[in-house]
Amino acid sequence: MRAPATEAANATETGKTVLSAENISLTFGGLKALRDVSFDVKKGEIRAIIGPNGAGKTSMLNCINGFYHPQEGTITFKGVARRRARPDRIARQGIARTFQNVALFKGMSTLDNIMTGRLTKMHTNFLLQAIYWGPNQREEIAHREVCERIIDFLEIEHIRNTPVGRLPYGLQKRVELARALAMEPDLLLLDEPMAGMNLEEKQDMCRFILDTNHQLGTTIVLIEHDMGVVMDLSDRVAVLDYGNLIADGRPDDVQSDQRVIDAYLGVSHQ
Amino acid sequence: MFYREAGQFKTSYAADQAIFPILQDRLFVIAVLAVAYLVIPFISTPYFLVTIMIPSLIFCIAALGLNVLTGYAGQLSLGTGGFMAVGAYATFKMTTMFPELNIVIVFLLSGVFAAAVGVLFGLPSLRIKGFYLAVATLAAQFFLIWLFNRVGWFSNYDPSGTISMPPRDVFGIRVVGSGAAPEVRYLMVLTLVVVFCLLVKNLVRSRMGRTWMAVRDMDIAAEIIGIRLMWAKLSAFAISSYLCGVAGGLYFAVYLRTVETIAFDVVLSFVVLFMIIVGGLGSVLGSILGAFFITAIPVILTRAPHDLGIPISVDMAQHLEVIIFGSLIIFFLIVEPHGLARLWQIAKEKLRRWPFPY
Repeated sequence: MRAPATEAANATETGKTVLSAENISLTFGGLKALRDVSFDVKKGEIRAIIGPNGAGKTSMLNCINGFYHPQEGTITFKGVARRRARPDRIARQGIARTFQNVALFKGMSTLDNIMTGRLTKMHTNFLLQAIYWGPNQREEIAHREVCERIIDFLEIEHIRNTPVGRLPYGLQKRVELARALAMEPDLLLLDEPMAGMNLEEKQDMCRFILDTNHQLGTTIVLIEHDMGVVMDLSDRVAVLDYGNLIADGRPDDVQSDQRVIDAYLGVSHQ
Repeated sequence: MFYREAGQFKTSYAADQAIFPILQDRLFVIAVLAVAYLVIPFISTPYFLVTIMIPSLIFCIAALGLNVLTGYAGQLSLGTGGFMAVGAYATFKMTTMFPELNIVIVFLLSGVFAAAVGVLFGLPSLRIKGFYLAVATLAAQFFLIWLFNRVGWFSNYDPSGTISMPPRDVFGIRVVGSGAAPEVRYLMVLTLVVVFCLLVKNLVRSRMGRTWMAVRDMDIAAEIIGIRLMWAKLSAFAISSYLCGVAGGLYFAVYLRTVETIAFDVVLSFVVLFMIIVGGLGSVLGSILGAFFITAIPVILTRAPHDLGIPISVDMAQHLEVIIFGSLIIFFLIVEPHGLARLWQIAKEKLRRWPFPY
């Protein structure tokens, strides 16, 4: 697992910056969730954001995909700076994400859930949809084929027609990843993709993340608490603590950074 | 034993995405349609057609409309009666202003007015959800009824505010108004129901249906996959109100024929809501089953003592009807809270395995 990750790291050292966040500050009333955080994501890399609970990791992702609007700072995606944008616009620009607690459409089957990821790429109008036969059916089938490839890729063929509410947690996480991949994103945000999984499921998920990165060339931003996973998968790691960016760099450097060790182990303040 | 899909392999996505992928289902639907078209009109009495079949079929369209909004898009609405009234008055105004216009086209157009009104009253759904939205749609209900009562133009300045359907012919056959044969009215309504069921089924298995269901199941996740919530909700309101409007037009022109606004009061909204709850939310079949259950059962129950020759008074029969009907609703909701459509689905699952117990 380690070797390809480092290879990719070397390849992307010179990669173009896909997303850059500059001087992001986000406050909720008196609470400063993010203070003057700057970091960038390069094309094709796996970028991890780590930090203790409440450090502002998820807030950072929420800023990137438009749920939160930071009071200060700019986010530039694919060369276009934005201050306020609705999440659905950002999704159409090519940012997909998964949630910490699974956010699937419970009443729909696995296949339909993945098909929803294709919604922005489907264009027949509602009259043609009501008639169904003709252009709409051709479009449905074309997108079904894309979804079937993703189903193959993530090895979930057997649950294709199962309502997602009935699936075990590990598979639900995988379906959520499938739905995000169906959007063919340029940037994929994964919020704790391995939370609550057992070792075997974690290994599977790691494999899928690496495959996504290598085979599909998707740039990934990852929040994860499992340090072994983070250090193995990611090319660069940003560390947040109380809303501050305290370290940013390659996994080995971050691991040995004294401030990071203090943040995780705690340090006595005299 | 008979309902088994073993051996029915699909070799194309088109076949897999068909409405009835299983052969037995297809045969069953064809059989039902054949009976509805070829048997019922010829063997049933006018009474049966007029008091049971026609209203049930009309309510199928209304229930289908509300199911699009509440069952598929998850927006609770109590404005159905109001939207049906818009359809009824639009039908009346159009057919009196343009008597030459084909009445079927009038029905289809009257839904467009209801759709516009529905979108207008759907605007609050962009800010509020659930029960609060239901209360906001009640405003539509009360406002529209007040408007039709108050503004004489809608009833062509009839002193009592009543609207009556003038007779109209299609291809030389009287389809509405006095002198229209029950069989003709029945066949026209039946055809509209079949067409609308097919169109709605197609919509809900396409992009639009998935958009609605995504908004219903989790609006935040729907937004991050690129769905514009405003567009999704308003389109559900538009299509739902369209169907309710057409149903309202038929309810007035084909079933009641003479109508006052009281026919479209809030009770009607609740009745249609009960239909989809009993029938099954988020299911085309559920809309049909619910509409027939709520419309037909009371009529049958009231008539039953008389038909069976049991000597009880009419009052008594009506009290018994309320008791039995209420108990039936409770019974079915306890047996299967997800409605008759789910019950039907479970029965099919069981049939698939029968006679083996596993």
